[in-house]
Amino acid sequence: MSGDEIPRELIEEKVSALRKDAESGGYFLNPDAGFVWQLARGLCINEKRYGYPSCPCRLAVGRREEDRDIICPCDYRDPDLEEFGACYCALYVSPSVAQGKTAPLPVPERRPTRSERVSVATRAGRTIDVPLPVWRCRVCGYLCARETPPLVCPVCKASKDRFERFM
Amino acid sequence: MVQMVRVNGRNRGDIRLYALSTCGWCAKTKELLNSLGVEYSYVFVDLLPKKELEDTLLEVEKFNPAGSFPTLVINGSRVIVGFRETEIREALR
Ligand code: SF4
Repeated sequence: MSGDEIPRELIEEKVSALRKDAESGGYFLNPDAGFVWQLARGLCINEKRYGYPSCPCRLAVGRREEDRDIICPCDYRDPDLEEFGACYCALYVSPSVAQGKTAPLPVPERRPTRSERVSVATRAGRTIDVPLPVWRCRVCGYLCARETPPLVCPVCKASKDRFERFM
Repeated sequence: MVQMVRVNGRNRGDIRLYALSTCGWCAKTKELLNSLGVEYSYVFVDLLPKKELEDTLLEVEKFNPAGSFPTLVINGSRVIVGFRETEIREALR
């Protein structure tokens, strides 16, 4: 579709940024550079289309509150890396896949289905009596006790709206 | 039913690919179908206008409740979800 054309330089910038963030965070990108390029292009397109870089391999609805869990890096990256050696898109891979020692396994969709997501969203959060609320970063699991979540996660740089009330 | 793009080739039945234009595995699946030289139809669901997108997503969910991509439907019955190369090759042999 026209309007989805992304300048080459922008995609290259995206690839460098992904690489840099992965290295500093202890993550690894897929050793297939062409594949990474294609996903970086997808992320740039989604950023332009929806206003945030939602997962290139999932269909976004275009409302941030509903797509929050699939803004890259998604809530499902770490458990998929652990279990399958790759994230759902295979942008991120485990160290042994990155070194070419093992092949990534096909990753089944971990994200709840549309109807499941609706019921999760309306379920009341479990709270117990603590002096301050405890917030959890859904991307990396960082926990902090304060009135509101931080603007960005100090560990993985995920934005404030990626936090959930943990306690 | 949504308008799909037809790719000509060897007739191995009614092959439909529901894909996203941004997704790496969808691209690989499409390349595989091309290299197998089979006739198929595909649609990039993320590029559809709102109403058609919703209808098509419901159609995908009928075959694959996760509503994930790529979803390959062969003769309206066999469904292969994801880039499962061996399975696709075997099904279209
Ligand atoms: S599956 Fe991978 S590429 Fe897709 S959003 Fe999650 S981390 Fe990003």
